[in-house]
Amino acid sequence: MANQGPKSQTILVVGGGIAGVTAAVEAAETGYDVILLERGPALGGRVAQLNRYFPKLCHPTCGLEINYQRIRKLRNLRVVTMANVGQVTGEKGDYTVSVNVAPRYVNANCTACGACADATGMEVDNAFNYGLSKVKAAYLPHEHAFPMRYVVAPEAIGTPEADKIKEACKYGAVDLDDQGESFDVNCGAIVWATGWEPYAPENLESYNYNLSADIISNVQMERLANHDGPTGGRIVRPSNGEPVSRVAMIQCAGSRDRNHLPYCSRICCLGSLKHAAYVREQYEDVEVDIYYIDLRAHDKLEAFYQRVAADPKVNFVKSKPASIRVGEDGRPVLCGENTLTRELYEAPYDLVVLATGMQPAVAGGYAPEVAVEQDEYGFLVPAMEGDGGIIPAGVASGPLDVSMSVQSATAAALKAIQAVGPKS
Amino acid sequence: MSERKPGVYICKGCGIGEAVDTGALEALASGDLRVPVCKQHDFLCGAEGTAMIENDVADGAVNQPIIAACSPRVMTDQFQFDGAQTVRANLREWVAWAMPAGEEDTQMAAADQIRMGVAAASKMDLPEPRVEEGLSTKIMVVGGGSTGLNAALEAANTGHEVLLVEKTGALGGWGAKWSKRMPHRPPYRDPQDNNVASLIEAVQGNGAITVMTDTTVAETDGMPGRFNVKLANGAGEKQETVGAIVVATGWRPYDATKLGHLGYGASPDVVTGVELEGMLANGGVKRKSDGAAPKTVAFALCAGSRDPEHLPYCSSVCCGASIKQALQIVEADPEAMVYIIFQELRTPGTAEEFYRQAQEAGIVFVKGKVKSVGADLTVTIDDALLQQEVPMEGLDMVVLVTGTVPNATDPDKPAAEKGADQLANDINSVAPIARAGDAEIENPAWSEATPEGGPILNLQYRQGPHLPMLADGFADSHYICFPYETRRTGIYTCGPVRRPMDMAESAEDAAGAVLKAVQAIRSAQAGQALHPRVGDLSFPKFGLDICTKCRRCTVECPFGAIDENEEGFPQINTTRCRRCGTCMGACPVRTISFDNYNVQMVSEMIGAVEIPDEFSEKYRILILACENDAAPALDMAGINRHSLNAEVRLIPVRCLGSVSMLWVSDAFQRGYDGALLMGCRSGDDYQCHFVKGSGIAQERMENIGQTLQSLMLEDGRAKSIEVSIADSAKVGKMIDEFVEEIRGFGMNPFKGF
Repeated sequence: MANQGPKSQTILVVGGGIAGVTAAVEAAETGYDVILLERGPALGGRVAQLNRYFPKLCHPTCGLEINYQRIRKLRNLRVVTMANVGQVTGEKGDYTVSVNVAPRYVNANCTACGACADATGMEVDNAFNYGLSKVKAAYLPHEHAFPMRYVVAPEAIGTPEADKIKEACKYGAVDLDDQGESFDVNCGAIVWATGWEPYAPENLESYNYNLSADIISNVQMERLANHDGPTGGRIVRPSNGEPVSRVAMIQCAGSRDRNHLPYCSRICCLGSLKHAAYVREQYEDVEVDIYYIDLRAHDKLEAFYQRVAADPKVNFVKSKPASIRVGEDGRPVLCGENTLTRELYEAPYDLVVLATGMQPAVAGGYAPEVAVEQDEYGFLVPAMEGDGGIIPAGVASGPLDVSMSVQSATAAALKAIQAVGPKS
Repeated sequence: MSERKPGVYICKGCGIGEAVDTGALEALASGDLRVPVCKQHDFLCGAEGTAMIENDVADGAVNQPIIAACSPRVMTDQFQFDGAQTVRANLREWVAWAMPAGEEDTQMAAADQIRMGVAAASKMDLPEPRVEEGLSTKIMVVGGGSTGLNAALEAANTGHEVLLVEKTGALGGWGAKWSKRMPHRPPYRDPQDNNVASLIEAVQGNGAITVMTDTTVAETDGMPGRFNVKLANGAGEKQETVGAIVVATGWRPYDATKLGHLGYGASPDVVTGVELEGMLANGGVKRKSDGAAPKTVAFALCAGSRDPEHLPYCSSVCCGASIKQALQIVEADPEAMVYIIFQELRTPGTAEEFYRQAQEAGIVFVKGKVKSVGADLTVTIDDALLQQEVPMEGLDMVVLVTGTVPNATDPDKPAAEKGADQLANDINSVAPIARAGDAEIENPAWSEATPEGGPILNLQYRQGPHLPMLADGFADSHYICFPYETRRTGIYTCGPVRRPMDMAESAEDAAGAVLKAVQAIRSAQAGQALHPRVGDLSFPKFGLDICTKCRRCTVECPFGAIDENEEGFPQINTTRCRRCGTCMGACPVRTISFDNYNVQMVSEMIGAVEIPDEFSEKYRILILACENDAAPALDMAGINRHSLNAEVRLIPVRCLGSVSMLWVSDAFQRGYDGALLMGCRSGDDYQCHFVKGSGIAQERMENIGQTLQSLMLEDGRAKSIEVSIADSAKVGKMIDEFVEEIRGFGMNPFKGF
């Protein structure tokens, strides 16, 4: 490589969550050409599904909006949604990446007017709300979607509903014959920012997630509290829509557990403290119990813990509940032993939130085949012997919070511009 | 721009054509507004629609296309034309999707959107960049510890010359004194070799890096792309020009002499974690009292940290560092008994494996808070399990794991007088968390970390010599979404000066800060703005002929971009400027302007709105909405088809800080009945993307009451509220409430004058 420059100075970023968006924008703002691939129909990833961030209790869309403003100004940054990465071959300075774009059935003519959604009565599960609601078969991913473009659910294709959807569009934007496309990208460096999946609560057998609608996961709680979520932001019992008066959060639901996720997912303690704040903002007479092993509010986040803990209605129980059963009145009942008092408890709640951890998306087979190392959990670590052309960023590289993911992604952007060399 | 050639393009798509009479709008534009080119299209953003505009631009007929269609947040690329300046009038989200179709009030709102668009264009020019002379691409790194060493290497590896400045006589910082470090690679189980020596070697062997030890920064002047720094060492002073600065001044241990209750000073065998590390690196752990290797050792975690009397925050690294040291003690002497007394064991992420390793190695973890340590090394623990005070006796050594204090100031320099004010004014305490009901729960009290010592860079800025910092003493950072953003453009902090962090994270943080430094240098070369208005070529221009030297602009600039020259006139440092317009909002004589955003422009927009007479029963209320949060929330209200009061007239602004109070008084003189400002949350938990803009606007609004009284109007007719981007479902109601308040006052008696 000493005498010849890289064949391509394009930087490819895989994953359009907060880490990928950050890496792409930061790299593009140094003048390099960047291609950002996102598997879903809109950017933002998991953070777009959050109601607020700890510790400021501010809204993720606020920072995403700025990032989208930056993307709109960057003509050297190309965003491709619905895109999956196939094979990666080559080496630093000269990778070939095959990209498969899944059909969206809506082309660039879409103005997001919504006539297609109005035209159909068909509904599908709303993955954005983690299954807590349904959405029309022609839908805008959410109110803050970027790009602001509709999607037709594959379930509608081939049904009469698809024809209604197509006919409703005055702009020729619905393309029912969309087969997607495949193309190769030549690039000099790849930032791998594929993020995470919530650990499946069904795996925690003794918590009987499937037995009660009032046992939800922490990511579902984010949707429940969101003004754009299934209840318009009202935290209620999903089973009957009634208000809550006793709420439990169970920490380390899967994390720090050799049978599930052996590592600590880092964000769940702060996430549950934030959920306690959501509940207390809505209810004056409510008790929130947080069941924990260690309350991990690292660094400056300690202040947020102290602010939540100052509330007499928020209680901390040092215990990992053994099981959850459903009581006769239909409410979930937590069973276990308080580690400090050694007392056994059987405590009924209106709503139980399982603070499930983060599992790297790469563990589900979404990993590059060359030049990176995976630890036993599936997190990517830069290869000791690697050439540094594939750079992990964000939660693909370890369980990180948003601020740390942004840090990691900004650092990855630097590594990427180093990998492709001085701009020619 | 030589001659402004506006053209109005009205889209009839997305329901606009059904909601309003676009023919009447076209007639308004070509008639009363005398715009020479006015066209309508059914699908303006489609290929045919954009080609129509493109042709007019190419023909030279139009250089200011006024797109009366959707929000500026969508179809940005479609409505961008080379050499032309696009103006957007939001007929879709703010009119057609938010107001009842076919009604007179809706039509009036649409007509005013056109009027405001044409008015804005009449005062806008395409900005031309201003590129400063004498730019440097060199990056100065301050601090030669592991963070600074990493930063220097990263910058050099990116093709930049580097100046690495270290206060002491040697590179390496605390890290050079460590025996081993915590693991950050799989299997995350064992202490790893310390790499600081090899980092020093790499830095010293790198031809692009100039190392200056025993050197401090005596003065920093200038701006990104051209910082003039005066470096002082024993030999005298040296002047250097650098393009950007990375501050990696690290941390210092919390002063253990303040921890008398934990036995520090009472027994020589009560040592700090840092002292223990020194022993581990230099031949092993020995008691200071008798030189014997201790057989039983207890670590007291959170010695000073998480303590309202000392450090309010968690120092983050202490749990892992103690585990490392405990493992090293047990490895050296398998017979040794080691206790770690903790409140919460914090080994986040994959460090959980390290905790497991310690448990398997027989280290005993005791949950409780150490209340006191006696001269005989008896440790009294508030035992959480037993729920009583329990003495731990027979120890050979007690290790106080003191926390980390950020070197956001230099403790070895005297505090600058000017700087004390600066820091006191910068720090806001955090807002309480909102709870339902009446009771507001106070934040727990803590002693705000009063910064000691002098400034690190000694900035020769109007706003003081220090880097801004937050209430906990760490360097300012927009620490969730944009952790590197601060109020001092081109200067980026990283490592433990920004947040408690370990060596692995600091190394990564150093790379992030260098990336921002590279961007700062590049943007200076292009004469364009940095985050968040990336690429903006406009910059504030000062009409010094009417400047009264009131200094409001120099005081209020959130980024310290404006200094005062010897005569007291404002002097802009363009590359420090982030183009928020706070200076423009501050200026009482309206003499600060941007080519594409200025006081006259918004005044014209306010004046362009048709004010119905007092018999019409139609109110007019001006809303100035932050384009980053409030305006998108209003867009999303439209997307959700929530209704918007048809009597309000919305003008997006760059930041609430850019709002001139003269706009508000103008509005009332022109007959508006109310004025509402919508901005972001201010304070330490700020959401304002320009840090202080919204807070400054609120302060200014406190004085607007007097102006209103002088106009014989009620105070409540002008108000500033905080609107978040997630308020799409609420913002319409917030507006309705304000409109109701205004109706309570009745119409503005100035109407018709």
